[in-house]
Amino acid sequence: MSNEENKKVQLKVYRTNYNKDDSSHYDKFEVPVKRWTTVLDALLHVKSYSDSSVGIRYSCRMASCGSCGMKINGKPSLACYTKISELKDDVIVCEPLPNFPRIRDLVSDFSQFFSHHKNMKPFIQNDKVSVDIDDKSDLVEFEQTHEDVDKYLQFSYCIRCGLCYSACPTVATDPKFPGPQALSQAYRYEADGRDNSKKTRFNIIDERHGIWRCHFAGSCSVVCPKGVDPALGIQLLKGHMLGLSKNNKKISTLRTKNNE
Amino acid sequence: MGTVSNNKENNNMNSGREGIRGWLNPTRYGWERVSYWLQRLTGLFLLVYFVGHVYETSSLTNGVDAWNSMLELTQTIGGHIFLILVIGTSTFHTVNGIRLIFTESGKGLGKPGRPDYPYNPSSLNYTQKSGIWIALLLACIAMLYGGMVLFGEGG
Amino acid sequence: MASLRLRESQITKIHYLTGILSLFAVAIHILFRLIMPFGQSLSYENVVANYHNIFYVILLESILVLISIHGFNGLRIILIELKQSPKWESTITILVLISMIGVIAYGTRTIVIASGL
Ligand code: HEM
Ligand code: SF4
Ligand code: FES
Repeated sequence: MSNEENKKVQLKVYRTNYNKDDSSHYDKFEVPVKRWTTVLDALLHVKSYSDSSVGIRYSCRMASCGSCGMKINGKPSLACYTKISELKDDVIVCEPLPNFPRIRDLVSDFSQFFSHHKNMKPFIQNDKVSVDIDDKSDLVEFEQTHEDVDKYLQFSYCIRCGLCYSACPTVATDPKFPGPQALSQAYRYEADGRDNSKKTRFNIIDERHGIWRCHFAGSCSVVCPKGVDPALGIQLLKGHMLGLSKNNKKISTLRTKNNE
Repeated sequence: MGTVSNNKENNNMNSGREGIRGWLNPTRYGWERVSYWLQRLTGLFLLVYFVGHVYETSSLTNGVDAWNSMLELTQTIGGHIFLILVIGTSTFHTVNGIRLIFTESGKGLGKPGRPDYPYNPSSLNYTQKSGIWIALLLACIAMLYGGMVLFGEGG
Repeated sequence: MASLRLRESQITKIHYLTGILSLFAVAIHILFRLIMPFGQSLSYENVVANYHNIFYVILLESILVLISIHGFNGLRIILIELKQSPKWESTITILVLISMIGVIAYGTRTIVIASGL
């Protein structure tokens, strides 16, 4: 027991500041760890007791906000979701996420990643329903069964942490490729019975740097911390677009307050 | 606020992209990444062979002697090893290509469901993964057979 | 030209179809090498005789076309993922098309001449 209490690991942290033209290097810190210490705990320990200038981004500490993604011992991971005891190594290397522009230390720039997401029009679109409603009695709701929900629920668990984007071999060389996150969100709405804007989204992703630049290398699904399985969504979407499989989606029926 | 939809990557900011090393390194992320890597390399190799083969056979139009001297070129140890590689890569590329046509159309990857810890992604299931192993195995068998035919006859 | 422009999903369909079809064509092509001792099947007389068989000629021409389309489109895919700029992309597209047509033309020349030998 006491042996475990005194265990220490070495934390190697990538340091750089692009605004100051600092050359990149690694700083090493000794950190005490318990069985339950996460990489984020260790980094916060460093900030509290060794070097408060280490740049990290985090918020929820519970794999919900998607802000603490970084490369840990070579693999894109959430720092708050990776226990040091699971890494089975005495040296923990923390580097910024690959395929994202670097700002400082472990903090990277997500603006392009988010804009790919935004390009997919990630919201329900349904031309049967008016967006401007003056009269409350015109409000409608969609009816969905549990089975209908199961078709897309998994993809809606995405927290936009960008781990999949940093693991993808196409993204590694093609910034115009939307990447696994955005494409699996396109499927999420394609599979949602409330949405009927299939054509618009197909047109967005059926282009030179669109969905066909995915070759099912599967790496996105290996690293996703939420079980989204983006590779699954993308291949299912391709099947629909090639006409090789049908999306047996029932467009949800509308229920207005009036006809109840 | 972030810049929207332009591909600005600030000059004094490292773009962080892995670049071509990203796809040239197949040692991370499991078998599907190996499949991706091999499908590309075998495809490129076969393209080079194909163009060479079209050139090689064009010697036919120059008569018997030209044809025979071209054949001699291929009937060396190096030529045989190259042919055996063609046999292996074409077998792998074909078998894995068929697997990819299915998987990339969403066949054999399972259905979306409610994810549960530890989140084993259904698209990376062993049924579709075994297609990669079968392709590798058949490529080895084909190479052995090709080697026996080529070297067995004594050239 | 603009009307000739294929959607990327159509190109993908062509890529898969040419892949599958060339599998069958190449299989027959290789069988022709295996029905007799390998060395003998490649003798000048035997090869020229093959070229006088109209079905074999059609087979060879289809292999030529199918694999040229599939292979060079594969090359295009790899190169376009590697680097992006309108100039690079149109250069690649044009170069790939020229090579595709060039290889088909060169191979067809062999087939035409050899079938007349
Ligand atoms: C004979 C049966 C064949 C089948 C079933 C087949 C199938 C495929 C498939 C499905 C892909 C797409 C993989 C992806 O999306 O990443 C592919 C890619 C490719 N193939 Fe084939 N192929 C065949 C033969 C050939 C031949 C003979 C050549 C050489 C000329 C070739 C060259 C390529 C190239 C260069 C690629 C691009 C690789 C990439 O996209 O990453 N293939 N093949
Ligand atoms: S799909 Fe998974 S890995 Fe990708 S951003 Fe969403 S939660 Fe993160
Ligand atoms: S801190 Fe929110 S996901 Fe890690």
